[in-house]
Amino acid sequence: MSIEGMYQEVILDHHRNPVGKGLREPFAAQAHHINTSCGDELTVRVALDAAGESITDISWDGQGCAISMASMSILAESATAGSVAAERELHAKFLELMHGRGEVSADPALGEAVAFGGVAQFPARVKCALLGWMAAADALDQATSQR
Amino acid sequence: MTVAWTAQGIREDFPILGRTMRSGAPLVYLDSAATSQKPLQVLHAERDFYERHNAAAHRGSHQLAEEATEAFEVARSTIAAFVGAAASQTVFTRSATDSLNMVAHAFAAATMLHARGREQDSRFVLGEGDSIVVTEAEHHANLVPWQELAAKTGAELRWVGVDPDGRIRTEDLASLVDARTKVISCAHVSNVLGGTLDIAAFAAAARAVGALFILDACQSVPHLPVRLPDTGADLAVFSAHKMLGPTGLGVLWGRDEVLAAMPVVDTGGSMISHVTMQESTYLPAPAKFEPGVPSMAQAVGTAAAADYLTSLGMPSVHAHVSALAARAADALAQLPGVRVQAAPDAPPVSAVSFTVDGVHPHDIGQVLDDDGIAVRVGHHCAWPLMRALGVPATVRASFSVYNTESEVDALLVSVERARRFFT
Ligand SMILES: Cc1ncc(COP(=O)(O)O)c(C=O)c1O
Repeated sequence: MSIEGMYQEVILDHHRNPVGKGLREPFAAQAHHINTSCGDELTVRVALDAAGESITDISWDGQGCAISMASMSILAESATAGSVAAERELHAKFLELMHGRGEVSADPALGEAVAFGGVAQFPARVKCALLGWMAAADALDQATSQR
Repeated sequence: MTVAWTAQGIREDFPILGRTMRSGAPLVYLDSAATSQKPLQVLHAERDFYERHNAAAHRGSHQLAEEATEAFEVARSTIAAFVGAAASQTVFTRSATDSLNMVAHAFAAATMLHARGREQDSRFVLGEGDSIVVTEAEHHANLVPWQELAAKTGAELRWVGVDPDGRIRTEDLASLVDARTKVISCAHVSNVLGGTLDIAAFAAAARAVGALFILDACQSVPHLPVRLPDTGADLAVFSAHKMLGPTGLGVLWGRDEVLAAMPVVDTGGSMISHVTMQESTYLPAPAKFEPGVPSMAQAVGTAAAADYLTSLGMPSVHAHVSALAARAADALAQLPGVRVQAAPDAPPVSAVSFTVDGVHPHDIGQVLDDDGIAVRVGHHCAWPLMRALGVPATVRASFSVYNTESEVDALLVSVERARRFFT
């Protein structure tokens, strides 16, 4: 796995021009996650529609490596305006990909997130790719359980 | 200083340095501050102990037990002599972290025993109004145990700050230390900033108020000629695995009188002098702090590491390693967008930390890894220091006896490659 294979163009693009960055109101719940091994941190806010079934906004802020920032950005782009159920399905697929040590082929439903398949070959970096996804799942769980 | 050996010439002693990494690039190991590589002499010493002399030291009277005891105690003398100390002052622990925890727990134990009316040396008894002073640059191993001790005893934790440019505000000692300061603890050499602290100032501040001065010598003992009794410290700690020795062994050094006054923490076999069902009495140091069958092979391996370093000569080791660190720091500072995170007045002993504008240290580390270069990225177990420097993390290259100038040059090329890739 070359460095270009790990940092694919989509990852670098999202890293340079992150989607959804900057915390916004209103939001139903937020979660702050820290990668304890490197100190990177992210806060993620989710807003839901009146029925609590669709995600109307994901906003986030934080600092971290290109992998963690890009994966957060891709999540924000793909999950906003989708249903809560669809985001949970996507989340499960992403977890499977990232824990697959590069031996799991990415589900095309993941969209741009398939680009992280290369990162899955580097156990030390898997946590970076998951940081935002774990925070978002946490915020989503809080938002839906409050209802 | 002329060095009578070359890094190139001793690299054969470290078989791991002959490895290639997943990209096919040869290994460039620049992470010795985390743990050093081990020469064959150390591996052979451990193996020889297991093959020929293995038995439980300080137990039994058969010949092998005698030989194991002898090997273990000779190792202790060798390691003690390496830091200018006596064997009686040299306690084996599991690691430097373990040594620091042991000291912090000893203060807690003395405080509890004192509260129950048992006579204790007042230097080890803490309470409200007392203070513990550290620095903002400490490794978590020399910070968190003191936070816990403060919480248990009501003592206050204070710290000498670090300026955004990496300078340690040693002058703050004057306002932080008072008559009720019981502990002052600091690193000899910072594992992030890389420079030497003004430990004479810390020692003087402690002496002036009768506080105990504890020195974290993890990053100095591997690279500098250090005579612990001359540092002004009352207690000092270091780890074998950072000085070419095996994992699993730490040292707690103490002045005789301080070790005699310090209460035991861990208890059990081989540290007692007499046991009844009601109570026990303990052997003098170092035995009183070493319950259980000790780490014999590790001690023998560490003595071989000390012999190895002694044969290179510690002044030469220092000259070689600090020259590599200075070469790296100077050249890195010349690269566009690169900031060396070090105090202006404290030249690096071995470790050089840096950041690259607009590029996260993890991403730099990944490109370096792709070039076979092993560096540490992250907060280096010194999270508060990262905040003081105003950075989320740093990249750290650290050098040892086996590193060469061409490895420094490889680092520079790779850092520039990383910067171009991400910006
Ligand atoms: C300055 C300093 N103190 C303490 C430690 C802890 O040493 P160990 O992990 O061997 O217990 C380290 C190791 O990283 C260190 O660099």
